[in-house]
Amino acid sequence: MARYLITRAGQSLLTLVLATVVVFLGMRALPGDPALALAGEDRSPAGLAAVRHEYGLDQSLPAQFLHFVTHALHGDLGTSVRTGLPVSSMLGAALPVTVELSVLAIVLATLVGVGAGVLAAVRRGRPAEWFANGLALVGLSVPHFWLGLLAILYLSVATGLFPASGFVSLFDDPLGNLHHIILPAVILGTGLAAVIMRQTRSSMLDSLSADYVRTAKAKGLRPGAVIGRHALRNSLIVVVTIVGLQLGGLISGAVVTEQIFGLPGFGKMTIDAVFQRDYPVIQAVVLITATAYIVINFLVDLLYSVIDPRIRVAGEA
Amino acid sequence: MSTSTAARPEEPAEQVLDVRDLSVTFRTESGTVSAVDHVDLSLARGEIVGVVGESGCGKSVTAMSLGGLLPGSARVTGSARLHGTELVGASEPVLRKVRGRELAYIFQEPMSSLNPVLSVGRQIAEVLQVHEGLSRKQARARAVELLALVGIPSPATRVDTYPHQLSGGMRQRVMIAMAVACGPQVLVADEPTTALDVTVQAGILEVLRDLRDRLGTSILIITHDLGVIADIADRVVVMYAGRVVERAPVHELFARPRHQYTAGLLAASPTPGRHAGTDRLQEIPGLVPVLSTQPDACTFADRCHAADDLCRGSAPPLEPQGGGGTSAAGHVAACWHPSTETRTLAATNQEPAR
Ligand SMILES: Nc1ncnc2c1ncn2[C@@H]1O[C@H](COP(=O)(O)OP(=O)(O)OP(=O)(O)O)[C@@H](O)[C@H]1O
Ligand code: SF4
Ligand SMILES: [Mg+2]
Repeated sequence: MARYLITRAGQSLLTLVLATVVVFLGMRALPGDPALALAGEDRSPAGLAAVRHEYGLDQSLPAQFLHFVTHALHGDLGTSVRTGLPVSSMLGAALPVTVELSVLAIVLATLVGVGAGVLAAVRRGRPAEWFANGLALVGLSVPHFWLGLLAILYLSVATGLFPASGFVSLFDDPLGNLHHIILPAVILGTGLAAVIMRQTRSSMLDSLSADYVRTAKAKGLRPGAVIGRHALRNSLIVVVTIVGLQLGGLISGAVVTEQIFGLPGFGKMTIDAVFQRDYPVIQAVVLITATAYIVINFLVDLLYSVIDPRIRVAGEA
Repeated sequence: MSTSTAARPEEPAEQVLDVRDLSVTFRTESGTVSAVDHVDLSLARGEIVGVVGESGCGKSVTAMSLGGLLPGSARVTGSARLHGTELVGASEPVLRKVRGRELAYIFQEPMSSLNPVLSVGRQIAEVLQVHEGLSRKQARARAVELLALVGIPSPATRVDTYPHQLSGGMRQRVMIAMAVACGPQVLVADEPTTALDVTVQAGILEVLRDLRDRLGTSILIITHDLGVIADIADRVVVMYAGRVVERAPVHELFARPRHQYTAGLLAASPTPGRHAGTDRLQEIPGLVPVLSTQPDACTFADRCHAADDLCRGSAPPLEPQGGGGTSAAGHVAACWHPSTETRTLAATNQEPAR
């Protein structure tokens, strides 16, 4: 197990280094002179030269990369051109919002998706299955932004049940925070819930007809133990894979959802930065996204090895 | 055999399991399929009864119907009493108490029959927790003892391994440990050795015999391997197309098969011995028919050399048959023109397992 962990962590680290290089080179390869955007009003040759010097753009690429990496490792991701604030403190404000939104969406989607999937498999061919299938179809085919707009229209504007936009910090006002973030989280989680439900249903149908489920029944276990401990646990291996693959989509979904609900998160920060060609921010944002992907994949792999002993042991061998 | 003090004085030996008129039909897309037809079967305490027959003759369906393990499309009628408890039509809560505690199963494929994501110790402990109310820790300690009982070396470390880390024979031993954990009266072993090497088979049969001797467990062993029957069974039930066609003590069956089907089986595998792992009962030309209804005829008639109009016109009753040599007590066959052959082969020289 420890060996497996170390190997996987090493792979993740290597991926992260590669991602950093790609992000760095990618930013440099963008059309247009970053100095022009960075300079703002003052576009005199002398002014541009000063800007280039200030941002290290007059140095060689390897030197620039080294500079970027050493500063990034010290938590210094540069200064936003638009706001003049350090990028790291902007991230410090925006990231928690997005992390909270995503985690809540994942938790809700997993609970609803796994629950409905199990129900649909166990009650095969009965109304509960049709209902769950119908919901999944809606969840999959209706885009986020449309669901979000409908939710704002009916649940916020018409009835005032939820705030239509804005955010309060979890630490200042936990209840108010939940009130603001629950609706966006539900909207963000619908697609994921639908995918999880379908996957759970089909892999549950497989495991329910497996020999070991017959063994579990033959032991005199209660249906709850047969379904939960024996069938579901095996089904989760497949479900975790699918969830892992879907999480990338969740990050982009979060960008859209934050925009609709006016949440001051990472998505909003990204969109603002792109529109304003705020290079230091874009660079940081892309790097953070890449890191998030890598970390998530690592966590998914960890989860696998917790669920499936065959992986755990294979890693040791 | 001990004389029972229990209820039924008309029964000579203590019958642990008493199956009468058991029939099973399945609803399928192409209509009804009759899988088991009026099967009678009994199992005395400490007895090992073998059920033989070709693939598809209803052995597994008979076995599964006892514990109510058939899918919802099955309709089971008749009676199966386990120590007086009626199992046919019993409610789920009643069956749940019986399964794993009084009636336990071992299946053919030990790999797929064990849960790949739970340790073997956990899978054994589970049955003790649910039926004997042991704590997880107590159950685990018992699991180690049970692993030792079925001959698994270093049980204290094996208890934490997962099925994929064990060999086929070891997995089957785990299945057996799980099955006997609560000391069931009846153990149903559905082809417990079919998926295993011949040498491993012998070890598994040894474990089963040993359990019978030590714990007095009655065992219903299903197989299409006559070698297994000769090795371990006290009595044999021969099934064909859902019906019991012959029933006899093991040495009696091998010496004086009465039903033409049984005679054909034995003729096709002349040396049913310890290592006859390849006798698959497939040497008689033709196939077991799949029936939608049970006809009033001998269902073996299409493949039988002795068949005549009587055979095709009415079903022979299962009763003692005369013929060459006297039939021993408890030897019945359903045949209008029973074989008169008396065999003097290796199988009869073997001590019947006991
Ligand atoms: N779920 C089911 N639905 C319909 N028919 C079934 C079902 N299960 C079994 N059968 C039918 O019942 C008959 C008996 O099957 P069974 O599994 O008992 O045979 P078997 O004697 O155990 O054979 P094998 O040696 O191959 O295990 C077969 O004809 C089979 O097609
Ligand atoms: S009853 Fe007739 S057909 Fe059937 S086995 Fe006997 S002789 Fe053959
Ligand atoms: Mg079978």
